[in-house]
Amino acid sequence: MRTLINIELYKIFKRPRTYIAFAAITALIVLIQFGLKIDGQTYVDFMLNDIGSTLEIDGNVLNGYLVCYIMLQLLLVHVPLLIALIAADMISGEANMGTLRILLSKPYSRTSFMLAKFIASTIYTLLLLVWLAFLALFVSMWVFGTDDMFLMKSSYVVLLKENDVFWRYIGAFLFASLAMTTVAALGFFLSVFAENSIGPIVATMSVIIFLTILSTMNIPVFNTIKPYLFTTHMISWKEFFDIQVTESNEAILGSIQNKDRILHSAIVLIIHIIVFVSAAIVVFKKKDILS
Amino acid sequence: MQKLLILFLFTVHYSLFNSVSAQDATALVMKVKAKLDQVSDYEADGKMKTNVAFIKAPIGKVKIFYKKPNKFRLKKDGGISLLPKGGVSVNMNSLVTTDEFVALAAGEAMVGGVKTTVVKMLPTNENSEVVLTTMYIDETNLLIKKAVTTTKENGTYEIEMSYGKFASFGLPDKVVFSFNTKNYKLPKGLTLEFEDNEKPLTEEQKLRNKKGRVEITYTSYAINKGIADAVFK
Amino acid sequence: MQSIIQVKGLTKSFKNLTAVKDLSFTVHEGDVYGFLGQNGAGKSTTIRMLLTLIEPTAGSIELFGMPLHTHRTEILRQIGAVIEKPDVYKYLSAIDNLRIFARLSGLKPTDQQLMQQLEMVGLAERAKDIVKTFSQGMKQRLGIAVALIHDPKLIILDEPTNGLDPQGIADIRNLIRHLSRDLNKTILVSSHLLNEIEQIATRVLIIDKGTKLVEGAAAELFDPAQTLVELETLNNDAALIQLQQSKWSANLQPRRTGTLLIKLHRNQIPDLHKDLAGMQIPVLSMQPRHSLEDYFLQVTSAQHAHTH
Repeated sequence: MRTLINIELYKIFKRPRTYIAFAAITALIVLIQFGLKIDGQTYVDFMLNDIGSTLEIDGNVLNGYLVCYIMLQLLLVHVPLLIALIAADMISGEANMGTLRILLSKPYSRTSFMLAKFIASTIYTLLLLVWLAFLALFVSMWVFGTDDMFLMKSSYVVLLKENDVFWRYIGAFLFASLAMTTVAALGFFLSVFAENSIGPIVATMSVIIFLTILSTMNIPVFNTIKPYLFTTHMISWKEFFDIQVTESNEAILGSIQNKDRILHSAIVLIIHIIVFVSAAIVVFKKKDILS
Repeated sequence: MQKLLILFLFTVHYSLFNSVSAQDATALVMKVKAKLDQVSDYEADGKMKTNVAFIKAPIGKVKIFYKKPNKFRLKKDGGISLLPKGGVSVNMNSLVTTDEFVALAAGEAMVGGVKTTVVKMLPTNENSEVVLTTMYIDETNLLIKKAVTTTKENGTYEIEMSYGKFASFGLPDKVVFSFNTKNYKLPKGLTLEFEDNEKPLTEEQKLRNKKGRVEITYTSYAINKGIADAVFK
Repeated sequence: MQSIIQVKGLTKSFKNLTAVKDLSFTVHEGDVYGFLGQNGAGKSTTIRMLLTLIEPTAGSIELFGMPLHTHRTEILRQIGAVIEKPDVYKYLSAIDNLRIFARLSGLKPTDQQLMQQLEMVGLAERAKDIVKTFSQGMKQRLGIAVALIHDPKLIILDEPTNGLDPQGIADIRNLIRHLSRDLNKTILVSSHLLNEIEQIATRVLIIDKGTKLVEGAAAELFDPAQTLVELETLNNDAALIQLQQSKWSANLQPRRTGTLLIKLHRNQIPDLHKDLAGMQIPVLSMQPRHSLEDYFLQVTSAQHAHTH
């Protein structure tokens, strides 16, 4: 099994396509950081426009912590597409290249091949997130400094103490790993059905985009199905940045408003991963390799 | 318009028929002012709590600086602070440092279980930001217990004070600013929030949401130790 | 002699097509087993079933005396295969590809061993080059190097000469001979070209539409005594009468098309030539081939007629 995983990782990191994702993330983050550095105040003023009429907000609002949050918010919609690029290619890419038949006539069971491939795509996903964390969090902390985190949610604002933020990011990134692994599992599942990589990649992206739009739209008809969409649960990392308050509306340091929701979402995502991967294995085990 | 008219008539009525009281009221304010004048500057440490329905904020440490006649600065000890707009800079000392006002007695009222004299202060300077201040003064101790100030730009806010160790200087242990806030709402599309499990607000909550409070609890004062002007820049 | 492959009643049905139907055959140790059939006859499906890439609908497969479905891993360890196109990872170098597949077969070869393997197929100089830049022939040789890296007992080559130039075809032929004679490998080689198989196979199986047509030792199937000459003259009917009156009358075969068919030993062909000249028969063309080839062609033309 170790051999298989090593070989899969070797293949992933030997292909140029893999680095497209890393390059894309780097370009996006540097671009956003540059934009916010140059013109961040306009953005902040726009966000504060409403609340600023009654309250004076004093301090470095646009610090590294907020910048990272803004970027995660934007990027965690894009990163799934980059993950699909690899995960949805895991089986279909080999089928397309013609290597699947040699691979599967080697003395390993199809199940171990599938598991090795999924583990390898998960490792790729995690590395992508580590890179994302490095750029979005650490570089932003370095470029924009750190301070309290002033977060504007749709119906209230949250002010987190500087020393109460970092651990939340650790939680958020761990949760994001789970969310992105779900994307990888979906792409992986879809890649079983095709003999070209474009199909499953596009299908994965479309599913994610379609469900994300459904999750975003605030229309009563859709609201009933929202809790069943995994895309709705993928953004629960944000819950790490919501704090509990006391009876007298005082924020409790180190608390999380909706711990249950994080846990619930995590479980939903884990179930999705298990279902996608097992379904992929079951289908693949029965599949005649004609490529 | 009608309200304004009533207010106008009411004020005129007071100035005409309660001129004696007006005299007393001015004297009372001057007494309070004299007490406050003992303090030519102070530097205080405090804790600030922002209590606005749509804000979840922790208690923050603040430093407050004051220097006669009207220099005032609230400085946070790092971090980000949320203050009612223009509100906190209106402090008791600055309220009474100027002589350009007309004081009108407006009866008595109970504030926090203490009987107070109500004094309405109208600035005589037309350019003054303050339109009207109503003060509730504890006559025995010469302490301002509560003040309601209406400003031109920033609406009305209420300041309530409790005194302790520094009562002799007329300096409060705790100040509570109450002010009106607008309803806060950002579109979910902008904040990228998906889940919609908010319960609609009750009328009571909506009303409460319109009131914001900032509480400053003073932990220590350093009075008349001299402060450089640079602090206020 | 131990049987290396034993297939019984093998059947594979896809949705609306039976690709292989009740196929049985045996490959013995040391055979160069020629697997002949038109494109689409079911050769690839059969080979894929041997390699567990396709699940049979019915029938049994035993390799090295073990049932395939219960001893899959053990069996696959001893097989090296090139299935259809010799595809490898295009974005990797030749040596990296070889290393990956060696490791998949449970080996940890040194670079030196890998280079030796590449040298055997004449790719040592291009070892570090990305496969994308390789010609079809080079890819084919790399594919074979990959199939052989773990020193398998059984080598399966599916259409190994497809897309190769004559030199490439000759190289493959020599390689198969070398593997069989010098290294005692058992080889199953499929092709749709009879003459390719004829030159190397020790046994031959011909299938068509998924069923077995004929199986036997190449020496018998390619017997020179069974040579058939197809003769075309200016006037075939007149020629037939002349031949019926000659010593060749016993050799004449029933005509299928306009041409005449004469069955003889290969050595008799010069004699036939001389006689035809003596009888002043105006010969347009004379095509000698052995009966197996004739058989194969017959199947082909029948299929051709079928499809049209």
